[in-house]
Amino acid sequence: MALIEFSNKGLCCLQGKFYIDPWKPVDHALITHAHSDHARWGSDSYLCHTLTLPLLQLRLGNNNYQKIEWEEPIFINGVRVSFHPAGHMIGSSQIRVEYKGEVWVISGDYKTEDDGISGKFEPIKCNVFITESTFGLPIYNWKPQPLIFQDIQDWICKNKEDGKTSVLIAYSLGKAQRLMPCVSAVTDNIFVHGAVWNAHQAILKAGVPLPDVKLVSNEFSKEDYRGAVVIAPSGAESSPWLKRFGDYSIGICSGWMQVRGNVRRQNADAGFALSDHADWKGLLEAVKETGAEKVYTTHGFQAAFSRYLNENGIQAAEVKTEYGDEESPEALTEEPKPEL
Amino acid sequence: MNQFAELVRVLGTSTKTNDKLDALANYFETANDKDKVWVIAIFSGRRPKRAVNSTQLATWCIELTGLPPWLFEESYHVVGDLAETIALLLPEDDLARASHSLHHYLETLLSIEKEHESIRKQFIVSAWKSMNRSERFVFNKLITGGFRIGISQKSMVNALAKSIKLDPSVIAHRISGNWDPVTTSYDELLSEQASAADHSKPYPFYLAYALEDEVSSLGDPVEWQAEWKWDGIRGQLIKRNNELFVWSRGEELMTEKFPEYATLRDILPNGIALDGEIIPSQNGRPLPFALLQTRIGRKNITKKQLIETPITFFAYDLLEKDGIDIRGSLLAERRVLLENIVKQVNHPALILSSLISYSTWDELSNLRKQSRNIGSEGIMLKRRNSSYQVGRKRGDWWKWKIDPLVIDAVMIYAQKGHGRRSNLYTDYTFAVRDGDKLISFTKAYSGLTDKEFAEVDSFVKRNSLEKFGPVRTVKPQLVFEIAFEGIAASNRHKSGVALRFPRINRWRKDKRPEEINTLEDLKKMLEIYGK
Repeated sequence: MALIEFSNKGLCCLQGKFYIDPWKPVDHALITHAHSDHARWGSDSYLCHTLTLPLLQLRLGNNNYQKIEWEEPIFINGVRVSFHPAGHMIGSSQIRVEYKGEVWVISGDYKTEDDGISGKFEPIKCNVFITESTFGLPIYNWKPQPLIFQDIQDWICKNKEDGKTSVLIAYSLGKAQRLMPCVSAVTDNIFVHGAVWNAHQAILKAGVPLPDVKLVSNEFSKEDYRGAVVIAPSGAESSPWLKRFGDYSIGICSGWMQVRGNVRRQNADAGFALSDHADWKGLLEAVKETGAEKVYTTHGFQAAFSRYLNENGIQAAEVKTEYGDEESPEALTEEPKPEL
Repeated sequence: MNQFAELVRVLGTSTKTNDKLDALANYFETANDKDKVWVIAIFSGRRPKRAVNSTQLATWCIELTGLPPWLFEESYHVVGDLAETIALLLPEDDLARASHSLHHYLETLLSIEKEHESIRKQFIVSAWKSMNRSERFVFNKLITGGFRIGISQKSMVNALAKSIKLDPSVIAHRISGNWDPVTTSYDELLSEQASAADHSKPYPFYLAYALEDEVSSLGDPVEWQAEWKWDGIRGQLIKRNNELFVWSRGEELMTEKFPEYATLRDILPNGIALDGEIIPSQNGRPLPFALLQTRIGRKNITKKQLIETPITFFAYDLLEKDGIDIRGSLLAERRVLLENIVKQVNHPALILSSLISYSTWDELSNLRKQSRNIGSEGIMLKRRNSSYQVGRKRGDWWKWKIDPLVIDAVMIYAQKGHGRRSNLYTDYTFAVRDGDKLISFTKAYSGLTDKEFAEVDSFVKRNSLEKFGPVRTVKPQLVFEIAFEGIAASNRHKSGVALRFPRINRWRKDKRPEEINTLEDLKKMLEIYGK
């Protein structure tokens, strides 16, 4: 019996009698982070990082929650469990599971670059590493954050000059907050969509400082929005909700914007490849630093990534999970996720 | 190169035509003259010859990155564009880069065309190293061709007109024809004084819109001239300075491709430009487009081909006579002159595209039903008192095509698309039924909305049976109505037929795969329409 089994409800530790990010209701769920494909409704109890808790409350309402700090070990039915920063979004964690000297690490979603708000990704030595591979192809290599922030700021300033509103499309939970320091460096005039507003309030409540923003509403006129920045979740870019802004320009912030065709398909004026997932180099680095003897790759380009690892002397296999990717354009329309 | 890369970026992503025009006009005001000449050349379809091919580019990229070839392939299928794949895969080093100008790269590329492969490789690799990602993308794109700029030649002409004091139609004429961006200067091409030194230049084609309203909306039938619409290559036949030039609408010089035209040089009057259709015919009856395709791009033509598929020119308009541009005169007047010339030349390769005589719209509607029988795809309606205009204009010329042929088929293969359809399954192969087997007979890439494509894409992802490289075999379940303009026999296709311009007409969600058409139905169509 392996320490972690891949069951039809999700990643399961039989010895510890708990599941990690289960996609069906279970008794004990350990949650890596608050995105909806990892934190699902219906379990009896949830264990998550302190900063994840208010976000789970926002998403799932009141439940039996228990919180834990990073690097704070607890024992569950004799299995040693600890949470470690994953750098994906506020509160996002990798989960380390140890029993009788064998160590497994479940990455959840992660990125290796420190974005200044999600906590710095920490590589953990282990025997088996279960890694995401959303962007597991070598075409995905991100520009460093300061450079891509510069691109976004230049774009905002250009729009301002032209008297246009800059509408930035970013996932409401995580990406939208990551953009705040970038945007607030060039303007105080920031509006947000209701979904972003809710996440914003929840995160403020958790004690994380964020700049002042205004909720887009009918109180404001086109004149108020001129030259301002609006942050809205994906899906908004093709809705009549945008009409209130008069003359505007749309910029989509997502790793998928790395490929030109995606930018054009979504009729965006600009695409910024700003992702909360590790790029190709990040994934390889992370895998190497764990020193794992065996790697399981999940969601994304897991087939290509595991084949590449195998060819480079790291034993790897792909695992099908039901995790999606909050950045994928498909996620907007509730389409089934691609299986590759 | 950076300025050009930025221009391409704006043209490729901007969703508003005015932004694109501004970007172009701004480019023409600020870029250096040599680069501008190249941009005009590129945007009007004049690409530098391929000094290296796609396979070489891919191989050198694989060598530089040290990636396994299968991973390069995998990446390519996700990106859907070779030039972009390479640009994304090449390492971005932090060395201070200084890219050269656009014309430097293009002209160097031309100059090493005949050199040993190692020299060409050295140039490409060092060029890559001198560029950032977006520069590499446009550079690769220039080499691989198929550059969809996201702007029409007409828009470019308008942008040019904005920055120089010339009429758009004058610019359109100046940049047409046979000029070489290496030896032509910006001033020669576009200054007010420049004389049209090049005597091969065709006129910009006048293009018709499809008639969507009732034909009676055009008013009095007496005002309209009706002709059959031919399915060949639109072209201009020009003789000036005792030289003959045949241009296609894509402004490709085709004089040498069709030896049938050579004899016309000696008998056509000098200083003449005819507008018409390049099309094979026997005894004045056009042959299917599929036969024309057997002649296009073939260097060595056999005697048999010359006899079986003789290329002719169906003339329907006269644009220049005795060296004088007569596009401003009335169609009715031009027609009389044209008829005289064709009669006087009296050569089997030059055929007068005949007029259809009719007196009421009802009568013409009835005649239109015979189109397919005489090898035509419908009717052209031209206002008798119209001048010959530039580009696609509404009002005086209409094409009134017959409804396409249709057949119900099931999708059996799917492949990911390119460009804005990258990473989406949008290219499909369809089959008809033959007993208990399915026989593939055509591919089609267009005709669905973005929403429908997304729906089919998700079906393909959930229902693929096998994977052959980029192609997925799909559970034969989705039924589509395929429309096409013509059908011809083909021994290169398993089904024995080749379709002309196949596309998806609609998704037949109301039909089950058991209800699709059969191979027998296709063969019947071939019997009726394909001979």
